[in-house]
Amino acid sequence: MSWAQLFFYVFAILAVIMALMVITRRKAVHSAIFLILAFICFAATYVIMNAELLAAIQVLVYAGGVVGLIIFVIMLVGAEEGEVKQTHGQWLIAGFVALLLVVEVAFILLGTLFRPTGALASKMVPAGGNTEALGVVLYTKYLFPFEVASVLLLAAMIGAIVLAKYKLKR
Amino acid sequence: MIPLSHVIIFSLVIFFIGVVGALSRRNVFIVLMSIELMLNAVNIALIGISSAVGNLIGQVLAIFIICVAAGEAAVGMAIVVALYRNRFTVNVDAFNLMKW
Repeated sequence: MSWAQLFFYVFAILAVIMALMVITRRKAVHSAIFLILAFICFAATYVIMNAELLAAIQVLVYAGGVVGLIIFVIMLVGAEEGEVKQTHGQWLIAGFVALLLVVEVAFILLGTLFRPTGALASKMVPAGGNTEALGVVLYTKYLFPFEVASVLLLAAMIGAIVLAKYKLKR
Repeated sequence: MIPLSHVIIFSLVIFFIGVVGALSRRNVFIVLMSIELMLNAVNIALIGISSAVGNLIGQVLAIFIICVAAGEAAVGMAIVVALYRNRFTVNVDAFNLMKW
């Protein structure tokens, strides 16, 4: 077992533990902290899967930006209510539905028809590195989706400002 | 060599945890965090497949998913703030205006 393989399994198990902590903690702030740790573990697995640029984006955007925003809003609205019951009555149904979904997807993926064969490339370094190769693909072949994504981000920004600014009529 | 099926199983486990969290928790923040976990599970699968196939298209798709997730987080937090102004709670059971 090589070091990359060992670290992949270590970080995968750590990420699963952190994700479980996210959905089981009582306070939302604790969940957010564990979410940061889970995202960092995901970034570590991205590095092992030869996606160095995405690992950096994962840490910057998710662990830095998204969770920072969530913690800021938790602080803003003072969300801790100290409620006794953390889950509503449908958690059994939720678990059953989620299990059904996962069994279905696992059956499709691991069954005979679409079985994912092959293994991760141990080393996939294009000339100029991962970032340059990704940039060339993104700005030539996928230029139009890139522009659409930027328009989407602009719309999300304006929508967030409008939603948070005006007081709704009751 | 890490087999691709192990990466897919890892992604499925994270997605399962996200679905359970989004469907069963009452705190709206934890519901939104579970949705972020589900989006990340898709990213893991895409990057693993990209590495196994040997091209970069999966990583480009993952960048777009990160972009959408960032927009979703911003709009979601704005919706939470607007809801809190009206209902003074973050319990999703209280957001039942459109329920019949």
